[in-house]
Amino acid sequence: MSQNPDIAPGRLGDAELALNFSDAHPPLTHAQAVVEAERCFYCFDAPCIEACPTGIDIPRFIRAIATDNMAGSARTILESNILGGSCARVCPTEILCEQKCVHNTREEGHPIRIGMLQRHAVDWQMNHGGQPFTRAEPTGHRVAVVGAGPAGLACAHRLAMHGHDVVLFDRHERAGGLNEYGVAAYKLPDDFAQKEVDFLLAIGGITFVSGMALGRDMTVAGLRREYDAVFLSVGLAGVRALGVEGEDLDGVMDAVTFIENLRSADRKTVPVGRRVVVIGGGNTAVDAAVQARRLGAEDVTLVYRRGHENMSATQVEREWAQTNGVTVRLWASPVRLVARDGVLAGVEFARGAQGPDGKARYDMADTFVIEADMVLKAVGQTFVSDPLDGGSIAIAGGRIMVDDSGQTTMEGVYAGGDCTPGEDLTVAAVRDGRDAADSINAVLSTMATR
Amino acid sequence: MADLRTNFVGIRSPNPFWLASAPPTDKEYNVRRAFEAGWGGVVWKTLGEDPPVVNVSSRYGSLNYNGSRMMGLNNIELISDRPLAVNIAEIKAVKRDYPDRAVVVSLMVPCNEESWKAILPIVEETGADGIELNFGCPHGMSERNMGAAVGQVPEYVEMVTRWCKQHTRMPVIVKLTPNITNILMPARAALRGGADAVSLINTIQSVIGVDLDQMSPMPVVDGQGTHGGYCGPAVKPIALRMIGDIARDPDTAGIPISGIGGIGSWRDAAEFLAMGATTLQVCTAAMHYGFRIVEDMVDGLSTWMDQKGYATINDVTGQAIRRYVPWSRLNMKFSTIARIDQDACIKCGLCHIACEDTSHQAIARTREGDERRYEVIDAECVGCNLCAHVCPVDDCITMQPQPVEGVLTWPEHPNNPARVTSGS
Repeated sequence: MSQNPDIAPGRLGDAELALNFSDAHPPLTHAQAVVEAERCFYCFDAPCIEACPTGIDIPRFIRAIATDNMAGSARTILESNILGGSCARVCPTEILCEQKCVHNTREEGHPIRIGMLQRHAVDWQMNHGGQPFTRAEPTGHRVAVVGAGPAGLACAHRLAMHGHDVVLFDRHERAGGLNEYGVAAYKLPDDFAQKEVDFLLAIGGITFVSGMALGRDMTVAGLRREYDAVFLSVGLAGVRALGVEGEDLDGVMDAVTFIENLRSADRKTVPVGRRVVVIGGGNTAVDAAVQARRLGAEDVTLVYRRGHENMSATQVEREWAQTNGVTVRLWASPVRLVARDGVLAGVEFARGAQGPDGKARYDMADTFVIEADMVLKAVGQTFVSDPLDGGSIAIAGGRIMVDDSGQTTMEGVYAGGDCTPGEDLTVAAVRDGRDAADSINAVLSTMATR
Repeated sequence: MADLRTNFVGIRSPNPFWLASAPPTDKEYNVRRAFEAGWGGVVWKTLGEDPPVVNVSSRYGSLNYNGSRMMGLNNIELISDRPLAVNIAEIKAVKRDYPDRAVVVSLMVPCNEESWKAILPIVEETGADGIELNFGCPHGMSERNMGAAVGQVPEYVEMVTRWCKQHTRMPVIVKLTPNITNILMPARAALRGGADAVSLINTIQSVIGVDLDQMSPMPVVDGQGTHGGYCGPAVKPIALRMIGDIARDPDTAGIPISGIGGIGSWRDAAEFLAMGATTLQVCTAAMHYGFRIVEDMVDGLSTWMDQKGYATINDVTGQAIRRYVPWSRLNMKFSTIARIDQDACIKCGLCHIACEDTSHQAIARTREGDERRYEVIDAECVGCNLCAHVCPVDDCITMQPQPVEGVLTWPEHPNNPARVTSGS
């Protein structure tokens, strides 16, 4: 009997791995896109626009597809959302634009496939037209953007458009943030995150500096002295622990780390258990569970402590997990990680139910064990404020406080994306970055260059 | 079961659906397939004098609209490009094998009596049921002083019709061109010439579109284009109007009409009948879907007639003509107002923006939280119907006629400077 849990890389051959991590939802052909675009009613005061955090003029870009004005379609999207390509792939459209599509009123579940159409248009632009925007006359102002995820990229691009020079820092080797390191590979296959970064940086005026971590290699105060403005888009660096016995056993890891390994390394070298338990109810849990399956795990169980209506993963995500052979178990709270001979053997859960007061109740006397070689924890990510270095930036509710313009309590320092309050969505991060850039520009345009 | 049999100036067919003189009726092979599929008759593609014409390659252009193909079709093909003897032999064989179907032969020869006198006995010998004079072809042949070049001059229409009536016993149907200001002029001329019936409309002169890469009208023939004849669903309204004009005109009322122009369904057919047609000629719909479309046309028309209590085609013919009036006879006291069924409304806002931007600002937009609401402002609504037309949900916006008190037409209207006053 091995003294290590059954965790190994290379459970599947190259061909199978390539297939498993290829595009989860292949793109529409142009003919399919036109047929879909022609279904759109071209609503006035369209509810889909309002449902998009970046407020893309959806009827307009769809009409442009129908009229074969592909460049105009893409520009309409990218004007509002320069990361329209990745948002088209990762957005939970089923709870955003597509949920509000008026077609649902007539036939529930048959909205216009806005996400797929958006992908079609932006892909066309990236394949045919390249960067559609040009920079304004250089202003001489310099802005530091910390964190090259969607918020930081969107901010940098918009600042560059306004003619400012941007230095974009990230602690990772590559820009892209969660698109590069945190999203399931089959959602952004073919190195799409990097292609999008290259597309975006092609506007010019943005210098990407990798390997620079806030609090280690630089400070907010230092950046503020050196630059005319600073935008913080540092995301959520922390992960929550289960807080139960056995959490330090080999084979227990954060889902975020698992996914990052998978996204950074050759998939053949990424170890995965034969029997995997994922704990959590969000998209990270689903991404980890499905990717574990697709790496070759035989049994993957996603366990969430409450009911499906409480999960932050959408119904579409949950069903995606299920069609990928992930067993979803609800109303079970982890009690401890079970070791046998010092080796991870499973997770013990207490059964629960909703109490009369609406709160979850778990019966510690009624437990069960799910056997596991590997346990992935996906019970939430947290903002880590330490790198802010105790400056004058106020934190509230665990996130950086910002005003309506995106400015923190420190003058000239703005923030957006997951490190600020609000929904943790790529598309919301893009909006934050874009809007903060416009706020910064409004201030800088009244200032002389220094 | 409704009786769909027709007797059109002595030409009998088991149903009113004929294939129009056009590519589908160019050959025995096609016509046999059509009869097997259930078509009541055909008008054989136009015969001319030998040597036959030559057709170009690249012949049709299509108007596609928002995903629908061939809303309109234009055609630069000329008349039959096969030797006369071949067509004549095939017509004879087909008529022999399908005695119960209508076989009408379309003709176009130069505008002199000898040419017409020569071809008529040849056609008569086939046993065909009648002839249709092609006075409509709007392209190519008209440059050679045939087709529409004849149809646009009422005197020529009358003259050629008279020649034909003199030289054949076969019923003569005169096919009218719509490329004219007043359809009554050639219709009356045909009547004066002794025509047994008219058929209309022929195709409309058209440029279907421009190839923006080649910078040439379509269809492109070796880098160039020419105007063609327009047909298909898009021309139906033009045909209905012209047929109706002939059916209600005191001079031409009663002349049998074979209706043509965008008929693609039993409903279209019923509308043509109601506006005065007795038989119906179809082309584009067959070219789009094949001959099988006649099945639903026959079945649908028959079912509808049963539901409405019409026993025969003649019972339907002209039913709407009594109500097809000049504008000056419309009652100006009538008012209809849009109603929006809020339960059916999907909140697309199309009614609002159409009315707001382009009509009468009679649909109010309100918003409570996430809830959009569109409501008609009765006092502003003029009953134009635009909102009901743009609404993508059937029966969501309906027009509600209001109680009418009396009749007031323009001739008596106080605003009419030339009004008729009682007692004067």
